[in-house]
Amino acid sequence: MDIHLLQADPTDEEREAVDAFLGQPTSGWEGGERQKRDAHTAAGGHAARGQRHLLLPTLQAVQSRVGWISEGALNYICERLTIPPADAYGVATFYALLSTVPRPRRVLHVCDDIGCRCKGAAELCAELERTVGPAYHHGPEGDHHVIPDHGAVWLRSPCLGLCDQAPAALLQIAGENPVDRLFGAVTAASVRKVLSGDLKPTTAPHPKVPQAGGANLRLLRRVDSTDPTSLDEYRANGGYQALRRAIELGPEAVIREVTDAKLMGRGGAAFPTGRKWDAVARQPVRPHYLICNADESEPGTFKDRALMEGDPFGLVEAMTIAAYATGCEEGFIYLRGEYPLAHERLMNAIDTARARGLLGEDILGHGFHFDIEIRKGGGAYICGEETAIFNSIEGFRGEPRNKPPFPVQSGVFRKPTVINNVETLVNVLEILRIGGPAYARIGTEGSAGPRLFCLSGNVTRPGTYEVPFGATLRQLLDMAGGVAGGRKLQAILLGGAAGVFVRPDELDMPLTFEGVRAAQATLGSGVIMVFDDTIDLMDIILRLAAFFRDESCGQCVPCRVGTVRQEEALYRLKSAKTRGGTAGELALLEEIGVAMKDASICGLGQTAYSAVESAVKRLHLFNGSTR
Amino acid sequence: MEETDVIFLWGANARENHPIFFHHVLKAIHRGARMYAMDPRRTSSAQWADEWLGLNVGSDIALSNAMAREIIHAGLANEAFIRRATTGFEDYREAVERYTLKYAEQETGVPADVIQRAAHAYARADRAVICWTLGITEHHNAVDNVLSLINLSLLTGHVGRYGSGVNPLRGQNNVQGGGDMGAIPNRLVGFQDWTREPAIRQKFETAWGVSLKPEYGMHMTQMFEAMEEGEMRSLYVIGENPAQSEADQNRAEHVLKSLDHLVVQDIFLTRTAELAHVVLPASSSWCEAEGTVTNSERRVQRLRKALEPPGGARDDMWIITEIGKRLGVDLGPPVAETVWNEVRSLAPIFAGMSYARLEKEGGLHWPCYDENHPGELFLHSRLWKEPIEGTPAPFSVVEHDPPLEQPDDEYPFLLTTGRRLDSYNTGVQTGGYSSPLRRGETLDMSPEDAEELRLLDGDPVRVSSRRGSVVAPVRIDRSLRKGLCFMTLHFQDLVKTNVLTVDYTDPKSGTAEFKACAISVVPVRAGADRPAVKRSPQS
Repeated sequence: MDIHLLQADPTDEEREAVDAFLGQPTSGWEGGERQKRDAHTAAGGHAARGQRHLLLPTLQAVQSRVGWISEGALNYICERLTIPPADAYGVATFYALLSTVPRPRRVLHVCDDIGCRCKGAAELCAELERTVGPAYHHGPEGDHHVIPDHGAVWLRSPCLGLCDQAPAALLQIAGENPVDRLFGAVTAASVRKVLSGDLKPTTAPHPKVPQAGGANLRLLRRVDSTDPTSLDEYRANGGYQALRRAIELGPEAVIREVTDAKLMGRGGAAFPTGRKWDAVARQPVRPHYLICNADESEPGTFKDRALMEGDPFGLVEAMTIAAYATGCEEGFIYLRGEYPLAHERLMNAIDTARARGLLGEDILGHGFHFDIEIRKGGGAYICGEETAIFNSIEGFRGEPRNKPPFPVQSGVFRKPTVINNVETLVNVLEILRIGGPAYARIGTEGSAGPRLFCLSGNVTRPGTYEVPFGATLRQLLDMAGGVAGGRKLQAILLGGAAGVFVRPDELDMPLTFEGVRAAQATLGSGVIMVFDDTIDLMDIILRLAAFFRDESCGQCVPCRVGTVRQEEALYRLKSAKTRGGTAGELALLEEIGVAMKDASICGLGQTAYSAVESAVKRLHLFNGSTR
Repeated sequence: MEETDVIFLWGANARENHPIFFHHVLKAIHRGARMYAMDPRRTSSAQWADEWLGLNVGSDIALSNAMAREIIHAGLANEAFIRRATTGFEDYREAVERYTLKYAEQETGVPADVIQRAAHAYARADRAVICWTLGITEHHNAVDNVLSLINLSLLTGHVGRYGSGVNPLRGQNNVQGGGDMGAIPNRLVGFQDWTREPAIRQKFETAWGVSLKPEYGMHMTQMFEAMEEGEMRSLYVIGENPAQSEADQNRAEHVLKSLDHLVVQDIFLTRTAELAHVVLPASSSWCEAEGTVTNSERRVQRLRKALEPPGGARDDMWIITEIGKRLGVDLGPPVAETVWNEVRSLAPIFAGMSYARLEKEGGLHWPCYDENHPGELFLHSRLWKEPIEGTPAPFSVVEHDPPLEQPDDEYPFLLTTGRRLDSYNTGVQTGGYSSPLRRGETLDMSPEDAEELRLLDGDPVRVSSRRGSVVAPVRIDRSLRKGLCFMTLHFQDLVKTNVLTVDYTDPKSGTAEFKACAISVVPVRAGADRPAVKRSPQS
């Protein structure tokens, strides 16, 4: 595309924010002062267009400095990176955490998603509307609210990954030293304090791992029991032995161990990790890339946050092993933008590891090079989809790609790419510690190893739990102390927003790949969200439907239209102003759901009907009229 | 083109003026090809380039000769090719020796390191292409400019091979076809020189039953001179609008008006047609006529008639045949295929191109000597045959010779002219259609000059040269540097840009130096009283 720059200039602050990230412009053609040399030459072309992948981080730099991205800022970024402004605008507007309309510097994102709704988020938001004012909102009509005098607003947010400490909120203060901080157990009073600027940001919430320090833990062994900021502590607790073991074995043997371990991806698709690694290792095309999918955005999921905040060196070591086995020299952690503490801890872990020769050139003196870069997401659920991550990293809208080609052949930057979820990678440490065959003996025949589950909603002790595969839903519920307050269980959402509701009489379901498959359910990302009998499930389902409608990237029609139609039908069902009665609406929902499942490009559209369908067919939410 | 490695886009803004061709360039770029753009302006084409070499207008030979010297000194010349397939290298080597990088930087303005990098990239490439258009040819030394680029290709062997070559980009779908058919003063159909080879002359005389004078005709510049001298009193113009497209337009119009008899055959009532004694309304050749066209890559393709010409308009071929009749000559039936078969019988390079084959094979590249000949994908592959076929390619010694008119105190700016994506030449074919991209005529100037003259976008200015003056609004354009201005010829009815241009012409090609003339720019309104406005670099 040709570059047609806008007639808009950046403010000094915006220019500083961009230059602080990209460095000073070297010529007038890059937005600097026109110099003598610029009259007769300009560099551009491949080198200039090759900076495209810096677009999202540069937009984020302006956002976190100024609080929003003006036309002048966008124009300057485009000039620096040789991107058409129209194209960059499409990227900027794709991400919820970026604003292209004026927004105050201090904003509080208050979660009103399903996990927090179990803990009164809807009531909290209603109270905020009464006492603070309506949530800041910018619709297609440009109807943003007036910024209050104290220059702070609150916004409604989808799940922030803090369901174990619901209700949750994320504070962002733009400026020279920007603040990003998650808050748990939020009240209307604390929101008012934060917004009025009284409250100095307090310490961030700690990951809640009720089993912390337990002897049998494998994945969570160091979480909440070892200083996550200290490499020495990490090494004192078994750290970097797995990498040493991997180098002893050699790349091919590492892949064999992972294959023998029968490790399956924990991100939701349950693809054999050894096979994925092997496929990339064999690709003659270079370079190979490694991506850790840390865009944990499935409502009700927070286990990866627990791992990254509690054992960041573990992830760095695991990625180093994966890179060693598959021939990658560059790795990305695609971290969701709402996880500031995880970001801080991982940055520290990467910098420390690099300083100690555990990342970078010639790791451990074995002539192998690997380094990791963190890329922060911009508040887009779809960017947890593996091919959407590629587009996001490359600086495009985070829209999923068609498959094939598969990532192992053509992933990020169109090169062979290993992409694994955080939990999957961390399992590799355990595989190398005890050996693939021993690991395979943990769990059941079809589901090897330990597994993390995220318990939230109306349970006594919400948090991240580790069990060997094979535990039943009842056992997990018991570990978390059962339904809070001894109330009656109404339903459990298993697997997340893309998962299914199960009934109280299905608690003996073994939580294995084969167990849930037999029960026509899914483990998804390990979400176990508990709803007691006081919860209005219709409200929960409507929130889920709104979530999918909002998060659909809009690229393919079945999902873009289907998620809207689904939400509309549910609203009609709720209001009892149905078309064709309840049966008619349910038939319509089924038709829409099947169309989305069959025809959507990616998993978002394919699973957008899943929870609704289970509420209809398993919970008989609409008076059993489906049968 | 799509599979080349290095592209020199020299004096060509193909993104705007050859948009279809540029899609092929983009395919190459997306495949990884590196592009270097030589153009005084950083055009939208140059923005795609890995490096832009913003040379001073008309300093092309200083640049190309310096590149040649650099290539020779760096040991990157293709000595085997030079030895086998060229002549005159020693003279050439001697001639370029004085074109040091330092001298080239001084003459072209382009930093020496950039010239050096481009030269090395071109010479080192496995495949490399040079494309040029009017930035090379609309100069008083047009042919020398072209020869200097050909020298580079001979020096490196980047010619006559797949993905390597020298390409003058054609501005219309059938510029090449015009030359193919002998619509040039020094060749008959198929580029045959009847003045030098008696056999050719005899062939045509026999076929046509006439005797041919063994001398060349006049090219357009010579015709205008002859008209001005009063030697030529009658002119028949087909599909051309010289009243507006000629340099020094006031003079051109005066000359046309002084003719005894002016006939214009066109599909529109152009400014030239308005001056004519007789206007012959013609058909639109792409949809109202049968025939062939030849595109930039020498591919002859069929054109098919879809519509009858409106009203009294007639097919060009019919008009010419009828005029022949009135003059007592029977040119045969005005049937495209019959005429084409006559072309095939007289011009060996088209002999193998029957209509049946053209249809079946989707066009053929000339030369195509017989019905079994597949056509030649590139023209100069003969230079790679062992031993080479035909005569070796000669190096040509050419010297830097800047534009004849240079800025001075009275006319302190240099004006260069060109075209934009949304319009076509004098606007005859595009002016009747609206385009969201069209801005109308403007004097484009650098932010630095505009600031000095205290001009804002849209302020009207009087633009004057030694030959005439026009009024146009200013448009501030960052692609221009201080001292350099740009205009188009698209809106001749509103702003007669060509009253400004010089008619210094290249004696070898007859092309005028549209690319360089000295102008003065004076604000028309109270703009001069306005306080200076400090502009940011983005404006």
